[in-house]
Amino acid sequence: MASSLTAADVERIAALAHLELDEAEKALYTKQLAGILAYAAEIQQIDTTGVPPTSHVLPQQSTERDDEVRPSLAREESLGNAPDASVDDGLFKVPRVIG
Amino acid sequence: MTPPPTAGALRDAFVSGARSADDICRAALARIERHDPALHAFNTVAADRALARAAELDRFRARSRTGLEALPLAGVPVAVKDTICTRGIRTTASSRMLEQFVPPYDATAIIRLERAGAIVIGKTNCDEFAMGSSNENSAFGPVRNPWDRERTPGGSSGGSAAAVAAALTPIALGSDTGGSIRQPAALCGVVGLKPAYGRVSRYGLMAFASSLEQIGPFGRTVADAAHVLEAIAGVDPCDATTVSLPVPPLAAGLTGDIRGLRIGVPRALLDEGVEAGVRRAVTDALAVLEARGGRLVDIDLPRAKHAIPVYYLVATAEASSNLARYDGVRYGFRAAPEGDTDLHTMYCRTRDQGFGPEVKRRIMLGTYVLSAGYYEAYYLKAQQVRTLIRQDYEAAFEQVDAVAMPTSPTAAFRLGEKLADPLQMYLADVFTVSANLTGLPAVSVPCGFTPSRLPVGLQLVGRGFDEATILRIADAYERDTGWWGQMPEGVDAA
Repeated sequence: MASSLTAADVERIAALAHLELDEAEKALYTKQLAGILAYAAEIQQIDTTGVPPTSHVLPQQSTERDDEVRPSLAREESLGNAPDASVDDGLFKVPRVIG
Repeated sequence: MTPPPTAGALRDAFVSGARSADDICRAALARIERHDPALHAFNTVAADRALARAAELDRFRARSRTGLEALPLAGVPVAVKDTICTRGIRTTASSRMLEQFVPPYDATAIIRLERAGAIVIGKTNCDEFAMGSSNENSAFGPVRNPWDRERTPGGSSGGSAAAVAAALTPIALGSDTGGSIRQPAALCGVVGLKPAYGRVSRYGLMAFASSLEQIGPFGRTVADAAHVLEAIAGVDPCDATTVSLPVPPLAAGLTGDIRGLRIGVPRALLDEGVEAGVRRAVTDALAVLEARGGRLVDIDLPRAKHAIPVYYLVATAEASSNLARYDGVRYGFRAAPEGDTDLHTMYCRTRDQGFGPEVKRRIMLGTYVLSAGYYEAYYLKAQQVRTLIRQDYEAAFEQVDAVAMPTSPTAAFRLGEKLADPLQMYLADVFTVSANLTGLPAVSVPCGFTPSRLPVGLQLVGRGFDEATILRIADAYERDTGWWGQMPEGVDAA
């Protein structure tokens, strides 16, 4: 099942992850990720037939609370760390969306 | 040489009136000014906020002696890892992405520490977004190990460990996703505790791998670490994964009596790849525990050897999802526009320029193992083996009350030694990641030095939510050894 990773795979993953990698990074990650995945392939030899996956160590628990109105951050504070925002209008500002 | 004051001693000096909080706080700031240029343990020193808080505590003491008695950390300076949000104090995760980020709120652990009387003195350097085992992934340069400045303090909470090792502060907070408290504690010769998963609120901790990580304490002594855990533990409506179990009295349970406790030793795990000086120190430590009445029991954890690949598949998958939020819109860095940049290009450039190499490597790996066609072979398989590792520990805890092993297979390695080979760096976490995969509590306690005088840590892993037993064993060990009071050469104790 383990496959060797290609430069095309790295480009596809970088696009999924929203990372604009340069050529040197692509070459480095192709080599390094292939090495890590080859090492990780050892777990594929382990028999896990019928073994349930662990996504979380705590037993399933639902917590409930009363639906009360509580204070939240002021608009200036919420927008205060944004690279570009208009506090008066309550907006995060971004570059144009459609090309 | 007189050992530096513990948190307990500073608190007593403040409560009794022997020292003011202002005096304690200024002494800590002066030590940071004197020693930190060579160590680089701090990203930000919050002198103004700390002194204001100290003045508040001094006024409170003048008003209410009895109120003061209820504060277990009254007047004690604390260093906080820079992945834990502090209102009004820059919190960077040692990333260019958050270099100018000033949180508008405090993490729950910070609120609770301050409620216990502690003084937040600054934010400590770490691997970027807590990803690393050497501190070399900090965008601001590595922390240096106080015992040998050419060596790593460990990671990712290396700044917190170094700050306590050099007695800049008696206690510190870190976060532990795969060993990030325990491994630097071992490499710097201090106590570091990863609480059971769900014990401490993660609200306000910058998320890396949500199913694995916990905030926890560093201290020079086990008792100090226990006091901090008591202060920060407990259910929190802001983190639905905190459990409503009562927090037992931990510090009061440090009786020194471990007679009859069964301590499991996974011999097979220790045979491979453990440096001779580390193995000797750990073996000697086990003999000390036996002499105190602990019973050593050989155990087998057959699937634990697969913990590293399982960990790096699970942790990177969670990281790729958690770090999707850094997109240059709501907070943090945004890449400068070039010409008529559209939104999508801005996202991709921001993330390429804002994240360092190890963070990008992990986002890439995590995205890959979650992607169509690979999910079953890597991510799902890793989660199934995670179940098998849990079952190994469950079986072991039918025979024993705690499991003992080295915290790290080696003492502090040289800066640069493993930087070019990420896989070698990952193997440094072989003994620590299982406690994160299983959610079990684990503590690292100093257990001596290698022949080249580098600290070694003994790790004790406990049953679910049984921090009390591992702390009791660690404290009993500490009583028979004087490691906690030793100071690195060139760092005064006063």
